[in-house]
Amino acid sequence: MKKKSKKKVTLKNTWPFHLMMLPGVLILLIYTVIPFLGNVIAFQDFKPIMGFTKSKWVGLENFIYMFKLPDTFKIFRNTLVIAVGKMVFNLVMSVFFAILLNEVTQKHAKKLVQTVCFLPHFLSWVVLAMVFRNLLDGSGIINSALMSLGIIKEPIVFLGSNSWFQGLMIGTDVWKEFGYGAIIFIAALTGINTELYEAAAIDGASRLQRIWHVTLPGIAVTVVLVATLNIANVLNAGFDQIYNLYSPIVYETGDIIDTYVYRMSFQNAQYSLATAVGLMKSLVSFILIVVSNFCANKFANYRIF
Amino acid sequence: MRKYKTMENRIFDTIVWLLLILVTLACLLPLMHIVALSFSSKNAAVSGKVSFWPVEFTWASYKYLLEDSRYFKAFFVSVERVILGGGLNLIMMVTMAYPLSLEKEEFPARNRYMWFVIFCMLFGGSIVPWYFVIKSTGLMDTIWALVVPSAVPVYNVILLMNFFRNEPKAIKESAKIDGVNAWQMLIKICVPLAKPALASVMLFSIVGHWNNFFDGLLLINSPDKVPLQTYIQSLVVKLSDASNLSSSELVQVMSQRTFNSAKIVASTIPILIIYPFMQKYFVTGITLGSVKE
Repeated sequence: MKKKSKKKVTLKNTWPFHLMMLPGVLILLIYTVIPFLGNVIAFQDFKPIMGFTKSKWVGLENFIYMFKLPDTFKIFRNTLVIAVGKMVFNLVMSVFFAILLNEVTQKHAKKLVQTVCFLPHFLSWVVLAMVFRNLLDGSGIINSALMSLGIIKEPIVFLGSNSWFQGLMIGTDVWKEFGYGAIIFIAALTGINTELYEAAAIDGASRLQRIWHVTLPGIAVTVVLVATLNIANVLNAGFDQIYNLYSPIVYETGDIIDTYVYRMSFQNAQYSLATAVGLMKSLVSFILIVVSNFCANKFANYRIF
Repeated sequence: MRKYKTMENRIFDTIVWLLLILVTLACLLPLMHIVALSFSSKNAAVSGKVSFWPVEFTWASYKYLLEDSRYFKAFFVSVERVILGGGLNLIMMVTMAYPLSLEKEEFPARNRYMWFVIFCMLFGGSIVPWYFVIKSTGLMDTIWALVVPSAVPVYNVILLMNFFRNEPKAIKESAKIDGVNAWQMLIKICVPLAKPALASVMLFSIVGHWNNFFDGLLLINSPDKVPLQTYIQSLVVKLSDASNLSSSELVQVMSQRTFNSAKIVASTIPILIIYPFMQKYFVTGITLGSVKE
């Protein structure tokens, strides 16, 4: 070992580090910590002119009111259904896609498929909402195709139908994210020792059996890890997507916590109620983050810091 | 693995390829539909003849787009936002990740700062107070509202910190012996070593700024300061009211289709330009943030 020179560490030689931290810390203080403290308006009857400090305190009134509202149950239910649906189907599709790619040996073709399937992840929901509206609306290509095939007589207003909306949100999200979600599994698959496949082949295992006995066990840890980390997102159903695709007709099945909070705040000016709902969500999410990170650490030795 | 060219293998490969082609087409066709619409004539679009290839090919929508000053204003607001926002993100990430990557012996306050950063990552502010803080700091309706509040990407700071920590210690030790100061250490040694990691997080920051519509919706009121995605989003809202329109109005909305499609296609061009670079780096970015040995 090298001998370390024991210079005394004082402010005199660490001030550059403090200076480096300063701008970022200030921005975080103003735009993250103060808004966090601003959560107190959930316990107030907040009026913008009065500010955080002078508004009237009302205790838990907003929370009691929130639990009495029928909307509250509805938005939590919709959020859960849509978010969990997305997670499950995204995971299944991503693993399936990664395994399919793993069976392909032609490099260039593989690259081409990847290039196309990763692309939707980088397009915004604003753009994709336009794309899907064009495809799905009454005079869109999907309706005309179904009608000319004689499957339906009247066009279906897909995005204006409560029986279609949740499924469509899950489906379009899987369409956008499965390719990108597969990257982590593709990376894990490259780590599998090819000798295992050769040994299995010599033992007479068919291709399907090799997938079942070599490929799947090889990525099992990664799959469990991703599934565990996903728990943290159980209440994130995707604001951008829903906001750009929903309409008042489908509030019954499509309104989620985030869109509700947004409308309550900036269209109905119910600032305190909206913050109370948001605070409930943050609280549950925080617990889920802690739980999922704890589990991920236990199962897969995962640590972010 | 390709040694055994049996019948079973051939059938299996065929099925794999059929499935992959199906998946690829499913990804591609919705996007091709929009591109096809943007190059088709209005009549073809209104009568629903366009599928995945332009019908009655025309540049008309794009010519019309070139004269739309509102669109170009918004486009350049977004470009400005990407440059300012990306630049701020880069500076903040680098200057915060480096002191945090130091050992406690070198920088005793390091752990306290670390807890602060973790706190900020776990507890974001609620949207209402966040909005009023931005309002009261005077950023409202300026480009700065879109870049300053999100200037510190906390998660990326931690990713980069991890990356700095894994850089070879020997280089830093010898630089220190040569009398390099903290700033030189950061700019001349740490940052160049972290280029691939920086490239990947920066590309994500750029895409994030380009694709964000929400900040513009909430924080910008003047039409000439609205970023592109927010502007396009306002067109979507108009489209969604189509169910309440009379049939003659509906035809008008429908004939807007080709034009709106052109707007969408043009808005994704910057993403398509940097996409090849991204492909090189996003695998690094993902593996940075996930399973570590």
